[in-house]
Amino acid sequence: MIRIEPRAPSPLVNLAVPVLAALVALLLAAIPLALAGADLGQAFALMWQGVFGSLFTVTETLTRAAPLILTGLAAAFAFRARLWNIGGEGQLYLGALAAVAVGTGAISAPPAVMIPLVLLAGALAGALAMALPALLKIRFGADEVVTTLLLNFVVLLFVQMMLEGPFKDPMGMGWPQSEPIVDAAMLPPLVERMRLHAGLLIGLVLALVLHVVLGRTAWGLRIRAVGENPAAAAHAGIPVGRTLIGAALVSGGLAGLAGVGEVAGLKGYLTADLSPGYGYAGIVVAMLARLSPLGVVAAALFIAGVFVGADSMSRAIGVSSYLADLVVAIALLTVLVGGFVSQYRLVRVRAGGEGA
Amino acid sequence: MSQTTEGGTVPPRAGAGEVVLEMAGLTKRFGAMLANDRIDLTLRRGEVLALLGENGAGKTTLMNLLFGHYLPDAGQIRVADAAGALQPLPPGAPDAAIAAGIGMVHQHFTLAHNLTALDNILLGTEPLFALRRDRRAARARVRALMERSGLAVALETQVGRLSVGERQRVEILKALYRGARILILDEPTAVLTPQEADRLFETMSAMAADGLSVIFISHKLREVLAFSHRILVLRQGRNVGGMATAEADEAAIARLMVGEESPPPPAKREAPGAPLLVLDGVTLPGEGARAGLDGVSLTVRAHEIVGIAGVSGNGQAALAALLSGLAAPAAGTMSLAGREIRRFTPAGFLEAGVGRIPEDRHHDGVVGAMTLSENLVLEELDTPEVTSGGFLRRGAIRARARAAIADYDIRAPGPDVPVRLLSGGNIQKLILARVFGRSPQLILANQPTRGLDFGAAGAVVRRLLEARERGAGVVLISEDLDEILGLADRIAVLQGGRLAEARSRDRGAIGMMMVGQAA
Amino acid sequence: MTEVLEILANANFWAAAIRIATPLVFGVLGALICERAGVLNLGIEGIFTAGAMAGWMAAWLGAGLWGGVLAAALTGAGFGLLHALLTVPLGLSQHVSGLGITLLATSAAYFAYRTALPDVSSPPRIEPFGALDIPVLSELPFLGPALFQHTALTWLALAMVALVWWVLARTPLGLAIRAVGDNPDAVDAQGLSVYGLRIGAVMAGSALMAVGGAFLTMAAFDAFFFGMVNGRGWICIALVIFASWRPWKALLGALLFGAFDAFQVRLQTELGGAVPGQIFLMAPYLLSIVALVLAARRADYPRALLTPWFKGQR
Repeated sequence: MIRIEPRAPSPLVNLAVPVLAALVALLLAAIPLALAGADLGQAFALMWQGVFGSLFTVTETLTRAAPLILTGLAAAFAFRARLWNIGGEGQLYLGALAAVAVGTGAISAPPAVMIPLVLLAGALAGALAMALPALLKIRFGADEVVTTLLLNFVVLLFVQMMLEGPFKDPMGMGWPQSEPIVDAAMLPPLVERMRLHAGLLIGLVLALVLHVVLGRTAWGLRIRAVGENPAAAAHAGIPVGRTLIGAALVSGGLAGLAGVGEVAGLKGYLTADLSPGYGYAGIVVAMLARLSPLGVVAAALFIAGVFVGADSMSRAIGVSSYLADLVVAIALLTVLVGGFVSQYRLVRVRAGGEGA
Repeated sequence: MSQTTEGGTVPPRAGAGEVVLEMAGLTKRFGAMLANDRIDLTLRRGEVLALLGENGAGKTTLMNLLFGHYLPDAGQIRVADAAGALQPLPPGAPDAAIAAGIGMVHQHFTLAHNLTALDNILLGTEPLFALRRDRRAARARVRALMERSGLAVALETQVGRLSVGERQRVEILKALYRGARILILDEPTAVLTPQEADRLFETMSAMAADGLSVIFISHKLREVLAFSHRILVLRQGRNVGGMATAEADEAAIARLMVGEESPPPPAKREAPGAPLLVLDGVTLPGEGARAGLDGVSLTVRAHEIVGIAGVSGNGQAALAALLSGLAAPAAGTMSLAGREIRRFTPAGFLEAGVGRIPEDRHHDGVVGAMTLSENLVLEELDTPEVTSGGFLRRGAIRARARAAIADYDIRAPGPDVPVRLLSGGNIQKLILARVFGRSPQLILANQPTRGLDFGAAGAVVRRLLEARERGAGVVLISEDLDEILGLADRIAVLQGGRLAEARSRDRGAIGMMMVGQAA
Repeated sequence: MTEVLEILANANFWAAAIRIATPLVFGVLGALICERAGVLNLGIEGIFTAGAMAGWMAAWLGAGLWGGVLAAALTGAGFGLLHALLTVPLGLSQHVSGLGITLLATSAAYFAYRTALPDVSSPPRIEPFGALDIPVLSELPFLGPALFQHTALTWLALAMVALVWWVLARTPLGLAIRAVGDNPDAVDAQGLSVYGLRIGAVMAGSALMAVGGAFLTMAAFDAFFFGMVNGRGWICIALVIFASWRPWKALLGALLFGAFDAFQVRLQTELGGAVPGQIFLMAPYLLSIVALVLAARRADYPRALLTPWFKGQR
């Protein structure tokens, strides 16, 4: 018989578990690859090359990491308060829509005004999108997992409606896409002639800020207390509802910023296929980071690498590009199991007899 | 020892039947703690054996070993089969224990609230994949059992709607229905009124006379002396003595139970001062499973401990929520130090100088995943000692945690340990440090010593007495009448949401009030 | 107003309502079984997708339509087993594991489809379940086309409602499942296996979810499309709460939902482009949220839902 016992936290285990989980997820990709009949050695080599092969591939990975850091932070921050924000995808699209609303010529001002303005608009839109499910949870006890998931579909339909209606680019040859963001509102590129943009810096700075907020401020402590034990938090005089709303606004705002980065940093205009699921991948990033803001940066880089590497590999050898999604999904499950290993240990219990 | 007891029953002579259970050298460790240390025990047919000991002495662990919830690290259990021959019991297998005729009634009932009493009794007794259930025949069998044992229950009522006493009867019927010849009762009277408890023991005595063997766990000397044939005393996991109840000496048993440690010295008494807390006609509607309050009036003065006695579920939770700032009254007023309270929030109460020791320390008292020092300052995140400009003053907080560890004797590796790794007693000491660190004027102590070992319980009592000494008022809610009698200056009884002051300190009179009959 | 009456008086409308409700009935029943045993299964959306893919693929490979349904059920049970192993004996977060199962099952289905059919531009079709015309009854005016010309899977869904109700309410197994979702200690103390009951319930529930997915590819349509599940799983999770974990109320909820959905589709054609189509497409999701908000306050969740239980720790 086996018994489960809690174990004391160890920094080494806390670091090793997500790293191992990520590696195991990558290794498990061998199974679908083999089933698809690929040469495994070649496939992994191509994946490596697809990420580290050139300056271009490295900046591509960083470009992919930029929205993932933000959606990862959005999920991690909300999860810390035990607020299950699964609506990152919808909040991202609303953020992008808000950026387009103010950034396509409605207002004209120099970059020093325009850039903060689109960022603010996007963050605000995302924050409001998360405020609704948070309010429904606090006021009516409606499970926010289900409401945020369902709202993702609503928001995407809303964005499509806008792109076919008031936001439609008259010069877009009939395609449902928005007018382009004006130059003054575009986030500056970070590397000459590459697609990498300042959205990455925003993500890095916010990761650092959230790290300090959670660990060193009274508000961060309140959020953690509400998340870990709302009854004890309420008993200790912490306003649970208000704290949750605050966490919800920040979380939604972060996901909204991811949307701003994609339209105002990368694409330049909004379409209904802006995000290949960054909102959902953000959940994987957050779990892989074990909800630590600094860990989110590392986890986002890993997931971005999986996307970029698997994409380029699958193009090269003709395997379905859904392989990347498969690896990301497996990573979520391996890190979940890893979390168990780091929190508990299994103790073999000898049955009866003279053993001690 | 007189043969006549308060309840009027006469315990039959110690069973001279054959041995039905034999435990030899049972040992159980939890980490570094030795919960059971080479315990031997025998039980005869028709015998009522009391397992006596302080909280944490290892009584429940021993019974969980017998019932197969835990695996022993060493030792053996043998149980008589239907023919009376002793057979070894496979360890760690509740179904084997059930098959061997052992029935256990846990302190926390193991009942499904969404099922009827009858379905709870039948659960697990029918073949799992049978296509139909013969509830009618089963009901008849349970009815017959109820008649024979004198345990009456509304069989077709959902257990969630039954009273605590009824739920206990369902538990016992469950065991009997499965053919239990040995019945284990874990602190069966903890949740009962004295009268309900007496009735339970009368039933048990009658059933023992009928051949049932009973082990009941208790730390109440009174009921053990009144209703058992034999007594076994455990202390710190060891069997420290056994005797026939008829030859038992009360003082000697008490010494066996608690060791040589002396009880806390009687405190000096100062005359009660100005009123600190005044409740006037407070009514609070019930909420879900929580009973409400009905026109409660209460005054607590400085230098005074007021004990609130009563059986749980009679409004204690509502009173505690009210005094913690978690619930606002629907009618009536509450004032603190002469000022009427209008905003009922925990934060407001903390600011007004109310300290709260919650009943469920794990659920309401601490955040298990956070560190000892973070939990210590949880109630004062807005004070300049803890935060400046919204940032935590981490050095100051840690220093304070170190001081608390020393002053309150919290056994912890340091201020940064997650609280979930501490024992219940040390968590309670942490809560004491948090509450008394602010020198509160009014203290709500809700079941403050429940489940604590002797040392931690002593610390709680000492702090409460000290607080009274320096002029605080204390509201002590407890189901343990002995605790209230030992500590409280005045006693009030909560019954059916109504609070009435006890005019005498007589146990029987208070017991009558607890069941809603004026003494 | 007359348009509304015209829609309601049309037998096709009622037939459509039942057709839309069918996969939801499977899904809600599946989620209901899992939750009655104390396990939330957010893998539902992915299990729908995997079931849709597996059922269609098996039929396309020549296993026959019922072979396809069986393949879907086994696929669902497999993902259910994974979810159950992670959340029951290991006691891991049911939320995270469920979302992980959804991501895994969805991407596995897409990957398998693309791997099997790398180069097709239009999805290959199968001969789907046809309408099972009930003799005599299907000839009735109005009632015939509305109620008695459905596929075998719709009748299977109805039979499943009765079966799940009967098992839960009338058999010892159902008693044990209800008990384990309320208080696992009660089940353990009576010598039954908490793990066995929960794992079994999650596998059975997941199999039903997958059959709901198979209805999409094998009865409602005749091919597999990416994104075809489109939130139906999440809608089921909301409907379970609306149905307060009761099989017949689950049927009622799914039918109400189907009727509403069929109604909005018809209203959309009636209004003919005056209102953007997305408004109508949003309706089912918004309706689910409203149903959830209305039901949440008085929802009587199984007491042990989301709470892991470990043997020997009490």
